[in-house]
Amino acid sequence: MYPADLKYTKDHEWIRVDTDAADVGITDFAQQQLGDVVFVELPQVGRVLSQGEVFGTIESVKAVSELFSPVAGEIVAINDALTSAPEQVNADPHTAWIIRVRTSNPSDLDALLDAEAYTQHVS
Amino acid sequence: MTRAASESFALRHIGPRPDDRDRMLQALGVPTLDALIDEVVPAHIRRTAPLVEPAAESEAEFLTRLRTVEARNGRHRSFIGMGYYGTVTPAVIQRMVLENPGWYTPYTPYQAEIAQGRLEALLTFQTAVSDLTGMDVANASLLDEATAAAEAMTLLRRVSRKPATAQRFLVVGAVFPQTLELLMSRAEPLGLQVESVGAEHLAIADDVFGVLLQYPDGGGEVRDIAPVIAAAHAVGALVAVGSDLLALTLLVPPGELGADIVYGSAQRFGVPLGYGGPHAAFFATREAFVRQAPGRLIGVSVDSQGGSAYRMALQTREQHIRREKATSNICTAQALLANIAGFYAVYHGADGLAAIAGRIHARASQLATGLQALGLVQHNTAFFDTLKISGVPLDLLRVTADTARLNFRWFPDAVGISLDETTTAEDVSAILNVFAKVSERGTQIVEDAPSPLPGGLRRTSPFLTHPVFTTHRSELQITRYIRHLERRDIGLDTSMIPLGSCTMKLNAAAEMLPITWPGFSTLHPFVPVDQAEGYQAVFRDLERMLCDITGFASVSLQPNSGAQVELAGWMVIRAWHRARGDARRTVALIPSSAHGTNPASAVMAGMKVVVVACDGQGNVDLADLRAKAAQHASTLAALMVTYPSTHGVYEDAIREICEVVHAHGGQVYMDGANMNAQVGLTSPALIGADVCHLNLHKTFAIPHGGGGPGMGPIGVAAHLAAYLPAHPVICTGGDDGIHAVAAAPWGSASILLISYAYMCLLGGEGMTEATRYAILNANYIKARLEHAYPVLYTGRAGRVAHELILDLRPLKQASGIDEMDVAKRLMDYGFHAPTVSFPVPGTLMIEPTESESRDELDRFCEAMLAIRAEIEAVIDGRVDRRDNVLKHAPHTAAVVMADEWTRPYPRSVAAFPLPYLRTHKTWPAVGRIDNPFGDRNLICACPPISEYEDALA
Repeated sequence: MYPADLKYTKDHEWIRVDTDAADVGITDFAQQQLGDVVFVELPQVGRVLSQGEVFGTIESVKAVSELFSPVAGEIVAINDALTSAPEQVNADPHTAWIIRVRTSNPSDLDALLDAEAYTQHVS
Repeated sequence: MTRAASESFALRHIGPRPDDRDRMLQALGVPTLDALIDEVVPAHIRRTAPLVEPAAESEAEFLTRLRTVEARNGRHRSFIGMGYYGTVTPAVIQRMVLENPGWYTPYTPYQAEIAQGRLEALLTFQTAVSDLTGMDVANASLLDEATAAAEAMTLLRRVSRKPATAQRFLVVGAVFPQTLELLMSRAEPLGLQVESVGAEHLAIADDVFGVLLQYPDGGGEVRDIAPVIAAAHAVGALVAVGSDLLALTLLVPPGELGADIVYGSAQRFGVPLGYGGPHAAFFATREAFVRQAPGRLIGVSVDSQGGSAYRMALQTREQHIRREKATSNICTAQALLANIAGFYAVYHGADGLAAIAGRIHARASQLATGLQALGLVQHNTAFFDTLKISGVPLDLLRVTADTARLNFRWFPDAVGISLDETTTAEDVSAILNVFAKVSERGTQIVEDAPSPLPGGLRRTSPFLTHPVFTTHRSELQITRYIRHLERRDIGLDTSMIPLGSCTMKLNAAAEMLPITWPGFSTLHPFVPVDQAEGYQAVFRDLERMLCDITGFASVSLQPNSGAQVELAGWMVIRAWHRARGDARRTVALIPSSAHGTNPASAVMAGMKVVVVACDGQGNVDLADLRAKAAQHASTLAALMVTYPSTHGVYEDAIREICEVVHAHGGQVYMDGANMNAQVGLTSPALIGADVCHLNLHKTFAIPHGGGGPGMGPIGVAAHLAAYLPAHPVICTGGDDGIHAVAAAPWGSASILLISYAYMCLLGGEGMTEATRYAILNANYIKARLEHAYPVLYTGRAGRVAHELILDLRPLKQASGIDEMDVAKRLMDYGFHAPTVSFPVPGTLMIEPTESESRDELDRFCEAMLAIRAEIEAVIDGRVDRRDNVLKHAPHTAAVVMADEWTRPYPRSVAAFPLPYLRTHKTWPAVGRIDNPFGDRNLICACPPISEYEDALA
């Protein structure tokens, strides 16, 4: 259920590491808890995040949740498509990335959960 | 002299008759009401002396006496202005809306499918405001103009792109004194600095995040504000503009001049002065800022049938979801007053409003010319309705004006005169005569005085172009339009509204009558206090009675909502700690079960919120409280606690809880939301609280108005009395009073009459009886429903207090039917749902109040039991988990009467599941509303008519 090529946080973000940057989104568990997502507050490109820092909020009709960065790094892109179609987060949570980060500290990833550990975390 | 039983108000207010009571007690298995109360309310917090004051009056006696009180208010003509103006409430609006339980008894429109009428009316208000101000989006109103200004300031800080260190806020030019006061009041605990500066040679430094100015300004001058706005924007500061909706029919709207926020009061759109309120403030902003904006916002969405439907949008901004991170602590709008203002715009239309504004402006111009002819100096080079005059001895003028029974605004070196819709030619002559007498010259009325408004500031853009503002002009049309909207909503005139924590009790007609009596309704809030002797006498009585009920030493009647009083309570506590040199005390302990407003308010007062856990029984976890109080012993400011708890239980340990907090140097602030379970039986002071607020719109019978108004007096123990809120214009409050928290000195004064009436009519004994019956009714519902739905929390002897929580989570597990399905299905049974998912997600909280009769309680219980049977059919697998009568609820008439019917249940089951519905049916106006669609596609103004046509096609 949770893709093996992603890493996960206990706060329900996922991260997909590419060669030069990593995509960050929220997990299927998180989108189920939130319900219908109506708004994703996106940060400015260029902002530098530390690990665990709040980079935005995500809202459903009945709840709002902060988004925490799984790793330290600079935001190099944001997914503007979510502005007009936030429901993508519900439809395909592990594809609907929110920010792309150029990681500054690769060892941050070591502290994250793999798919198996995350599955256990939410079960 | 004996009174007939039918003349006793207690028998009108309290629902169950004596024989009903006995049958209900039998169902509970207790012999007497006394025995039930002994079981429920812990003995160690009971009042020993019964509440005897006041003695109950009959309705006729009370109203006759109140006429003599009314007569003690002065009848001067007021030209004071300062955000409050005479207005004419069209009689059809007074009768059909202000004095109509169909409009004043409903709750906030959380259940949108049975609130489409007032949602449409509020959307009309929003449309009028966004049109007149020239802004993208307007909200459904705020508490008062000064509060709106303070909210504007905090919104500007939230959306500012400047670093958090930019904390200066400039107030440019003249603003109303109460506005400046509230800005200071709100800025200080947040670490913001408010500075007043002149408009000339304006320099805006980098650390300024925002600017506020008025247009027309606080003295009535109309200046081009575009240069100030441009100067602010040039350095990245944002701008809020206070304005006047009537003036904006003539002036270029601030939105066209670049404003980021426009706020003000909609009072002069037909809402009586009422010695300060209630009135609706308006608040409009850019679309880009709307997610950070305060207050309710009505939006358009679609329903299950694809038709257009209204609802409250973007509720995640609000404190019940965001708690201490909310955009504001304000829970409510001034819905009833916003609706009156909206209907006033519908009644007059753009041309009518412009004509009224034009007449006022012409009279002001005439007066200015006349005064100048007397050799006086008129300072406002351009004005709408307000003049500022000097050149006469002010002392003499004051005496002469008073003799002529005219009230003006007194500056240190000038006099202000504001004209309004009610100003007549005779008024203009009378004013001129006063000045002529003092200047010892003859007056001369000039018929066609020139307008001083520069051409560049005259409005050219159209407004109120939507058909709603042109199609309801004859009185029959507007009567039918208002009635058409009213029929779409459920108020207390339809059926019981069992909303837990909201106390939807009777709002008696006799309690409502006095608010429109002229001696009460036409008084300006800033008249000299000796012209308001009637009101002052009511305030004294009311304060004394509230002190008696709470056990406290002093009461302030100023805060005009629950949110405002919470802030006031925290500020009073803060002031007390500071006066003792203990400024470090900034930790607010708040139980996890608290209403979301509590942490939001504490944060606004500069507090840091520390959450205290609840135990499995829903009570405050004493061990956790002890640990947290000890951990923060040197910084503990106060605990905020609701009693009985939001879980509907009288916690036995409440005294111990208060003692722990006191032992660690903290104060105890009791949220009085559940005061309806205390009056006459116990009191905040007995429990150990230092501060308590009273939601008069809950316990003391002020109607909810469909989402406001409310009133929230604050009661305090003797040591805190000195810090009760002051006021910058009228002397009131404690010796070291905190800044004012509301625009008017006694808040929404006119509706205090409702609570006063409630207390005088019931008397001390009747109020105690009301509390006892509220407990009886809740426990009766528990006895009838507990076998069908688990009751989440109970207290002593397995009883609840005045409300109870039904846990629907096990049923959801078994059937997929959730609390929202039950809420919507109740509409098919003619009921408004109980409170959904507060304070516990997945539950329904029921508060019947004392006013509901046994018949109505039984009807509600039968509906709930019938719904339980419908859920059982899903659990049994007899019906589909998705395609069933609960998931499709509510059913509109159009759905049930459609030519084609494909549902797996009969039409009669959809619409008439119980026999009473054949004679007593309320049709939901729309099908279930798609909430995500509305929040993803935000529309907050009346949609063009073509949309309705598309829906019909």
